[in-house]
Amino acid sequence: MTRTGPRMAAAAAFLVFIAACGSSSGGTVATDVGITSDQILLGNTIAQTGAAASYATIANAENAYFTYVNSNGGINGRKIKFVILDDAYNPAQTVPLTKQLVEQNQVFAMFSGLGTQAQVSVRDYLNGQRVPQLFVATGATTWGLDFGSHGWSLSWQPPYQGESRIYAKDILDNHKDAKIGVLYQNDDYGQDYVKGLTDGLGSSTSLIVDKESYDATATSVASQLAKIKASGADTLFVFGIPGPTIKALATVTALGWAPRIYVNSVSAVATYMKIAEKSGAKIDGAISVGYIKDPTDPQWANDAGMKLYRQVIANCANCDANNGFNIYGVAVAYTMVDILKQAGTNLTRANVMKIASSQLNESGSTANPFLLPGVTVSTTSSDHFPIMQEQVIQWTAEAWHLQGSIINERGTIK
Amino acid sequence: MRFLSQAPRRYWLVALVVIVFAGLPTQVTSFQSLEWAEVLIFAIVIMGLNLLVGYSGQISLGHGAFMAVGAYTTAILVHRYHMDYLATIPIAGLLTGLLGFVLGIPALRLSPLYLALATFALAVVTPSLIKRPENLTQGVQGILLPPPQPPDWVSSMFASVTSGPAMTSDQWLYYVSFIVAVILFWVAWNIVRRRPGRALMAIRDGEVAAAASGVNIAGYKTLAFGLSAFYAGVAGSLYGLASGYVSPDSFPVALSFTLLVGAVIGGLGSIAGPLFGGIFTFWLPIMSSQFVQTQDWIPDQVASVFKNAGPAVTYGALLILIMIFAPNGLAGLILSGYTRLRSRLRGVGERTTGQVPPDPQTV
Repeated sequence: MTRTGPRMAAAAAFLVFIAACGSSSGGTVATDVGITSDQILLGNTIAQTGAAASYATIANAENAYFTYVNSNGGINGRKIKFVILDDAYNPAQTVPLTKQLVEQNQVFAMFSGLGTQAQVSVRDYLNGQRVPQLFVATGATTWGLDFGSHGWSLSWQPPYQGESRIYAKDILDNHKDAKIGVLYQNDDYGQDYVKGLTDGLGSSTSLIVDKESYDATATSVASQLAKIKASGADTLFVFGIPGPTIKALATVTALGWAPRIYVNSVSAVATYMKIAEKSGAKIDGAISVGYIKDPTDPQWANDAGMKLYRQVIANCANCDANNGFNIYGVAVAYTMVDILKQAGTNLTRANVMKIASSQLNESGSTANPFLLPGVTVSTTSSDHFPIMQEQVIQWTAEAWHLQGSIINERGTIK
Repeated sequence: MRFLSQAPRRYWLVALVVIVFAGLPTQVTSFQSLEWAEVLIFAIVIMGLNLLVGYSGQISLGHGAFMAVGAYTTAILVHRYHMDYLATIPIAGLLTGLLGFVLGIPALRLSPLYLALATFALAVVTPSLIKRPENLTQGVQGILLPPPQPPDWVSSMFASVTSGPAMTSDQWLYYVSFIVAVILFWVAWNIVRRRPGRALMAIRDGEVAAAASGVNIAGYKTLAFGLSAFYAGVAGSLYGLASGYVSPDSFPVALSFTLLVGAVIGGLGSIAGPLFGGIFTFWLPIMSSQFVQTQDWIPDQVASVFKNAGPAVTYGALLILIMIFAPNGLAGLILSGYTRLRSRLRGVGERTTGQVPPDPQTV
C-alpha cells in the first residue's frame, strides 16, 4: 500500500502530460475525440436482427441523410461517418458494442441509439466518459426528466406521456362520458402511456373502467380484449408495438365490438393500419397523433420538405420511402446536422451537448422541414424535451387526416 | 523435475493457455479485456451445459433463464442490500444451483425430449416472470450496477507490470472472470474423470445398463442438472457485473439457443470444448454483423443478406458444416486433426503401446 502513492502520482503525471500534448496541438479550431480535419465520426446501436428488426431501417435512413449532407459539402468541410452496430434489442449486447464505439472506434458522439432498456444500460457509462448520447430513439420520459443527473443524454421525439396527455385532452374536450378500456404492453413503454393518460385525465380517472396488460411476446390478446369488452367500455386505447396492435385491432372486430379506438403513434404508421384493415379490422374513425409528415399523405405531395425527403431517401437502396420510420430517421438526422453546423469552429463534445440541450431552436424559418408545420424542436436551460407538440389525426378512407390544430404539451411533464 | 518431464503433453498445453489468458489484458485495450471477459463468462455457462448435455446426455434449452436468475441475484444483493459484489458471485451460483436441483427432481423424470421442452418453457417464461415482482426486480426498468473497481494493490500491481495506467474496472472484471473460469474448469475436469463423471457417461451411453450396474440414475441426473445450473448462475452473476445492467430483455429465449449451439460447436463431452464454444458464442454475432460489411471482395448482395439475417444465417450455415465435418465440435476436430497428423508422422498407433487411440466420443 505504501508504494501505491508514488506510482499513482507518476501515472497521473503521465496522463496530464498526454492531455497537455493533446490540447496544445489543437490550433485555432477546438475539436475533440472523433473529429479530424475532414471527418466527424458518429456511432449508433440499433436492432438489425431479432424481434425489433423492423426498426433497423431508421439507422439506414439517418445514414442516407448524412450521405446527402456529405455530397453537398459536409459540415464546414467535414464529412459525417456513421457506424451502425446491431445490438438485437438486447441491452447486454448494447454495452460492449457501445464501449467498442467509444474506446476502439473513438466516436465523437453516439447518435439515435434505439430502445429504452438498451440505452439506459449505457447511459451511466456514456455520462461517465462524457460522450454525448444524443437523440436516443425512445420516448421514455426519463430522458428529459433526468437530464439534471445525466447531462450527456438527450431524447428527441415527444415523450409517450405527453402523447397520451393529448388523448386525455381529446377525451375531456369531446367525449366527456366515455367509458375507457386500456390495453397496454407490460413494459416501461406501455406503462409510460398509461401514466400519461391517467395524469392527463386528472380528476376524471374514473372514466377508465378497465386496464389490461400483455407481454410483448404474447401471441394473442383476445382474452384481455374480451375482458375489456365485458367491462362495458365504449372507448379502447391500444398502447403497444406494431405487431400486437395489428392483432388487437383485428380481434376487436372479430369480437363483434365497435368501440371508439385510440392507437398510439408508434404503431399508427399507415403501413400497419392498412395491414390491420387487410386482416379484417374495422378501424375507420380511429384516433392517434402525429408530429412528422406522413409520406403516404397526398397533401404533402408537392411539399418542399417531402420532396427533399424523397431525394434524400433515394440514397438508401433498401429503404421504403413510404415507411414512416424512414422519415423519422431523416428528421432526427436533420436536427443532428443542425447542431453540428451550429457548433461551427468550437466542435467539442461539451459545446455540442450545450447546444443540443439548451439552445436548440428549429422553428419558423429554421423549422425542421420533415415535421408537421408548426411543430418546433427546441430546448432551453430549463426544458430538455425537444419536441412537445403533436396533432390529433383520424383514420378515414385508408389514410390519416389531420384534425384540429397542433396541441402543445410543453411544460406539463415535471 | 521428474514430475515436469513426465507430465503429459496436454498439461503443458493447459499451462500455455492459462498463461496466455492471464497475460491477455496487459497486451490488449481495456475494452478488448471486457470482450474477452464475456468470452470466459460464456465459456463457464457452456461448461455447465456441457456437463449436462455432453456428459449426462440430457438437453437443456433453459440455460439463459438460469443465467438470468444468477444475474438478478447479484443485482438485487448489490443494489438493494449493498453487499460486496464478489461475495454475491458464489451466492448467485448456489441459489441457481439449488433452483436447478429442485426443478431437476420432477423435470428429470421426463424423457430427454420432454425435458428439452420443459426447460424451453422455463426460458420463455423467465423474462416475463422477472417483470412481476417490481419492488424486487424493478420490473422492466432493470437494475443498474456500478462498475466494480479493483482493489488498490491489484491495481498498482497491474500498473507496475504494464508500466501503464492503473487497472480499469473492465480489466478487473476480466481477471475475476478468468479466476472463476479456471476454478470451475478445474472442478469440471475433476468431476468427469472420477466416479460421478463415469456414472454420468454410463447414463448417457445406456441408461438401462447403468442402472443394472448400480448407478443411481435419478440421483445423478438431478445432480448434473443442479451442477449445470450452478455454473449458469455463476456465469449469469458475472454477466450482470460485466454489463453493469440487468433487465428482462438481457435474457431473451434466443440466448438459451445460442448457448446450446455454442456447446455443440465447441465440442460436447470435452473440457476444452466450452472454451471454443465461448469464443464462438461471443464473437460470431459480432463477426457476422461487422466483419462481413468491411470486406470488399464479398459481393454487395451477399453482404446485405448477411446484414439483414446476420448471426442467424451464419449460425445455421456453420452449424450444418460442423455437424457434417466435425461431429465432435471444434475440440474434436482439433484433436482428430492432431491424432491424424501424428499418425502421419510416426506411423499408425501410439508410440509405446502400438494402439490406435480411440475416438473420444466413445470412451
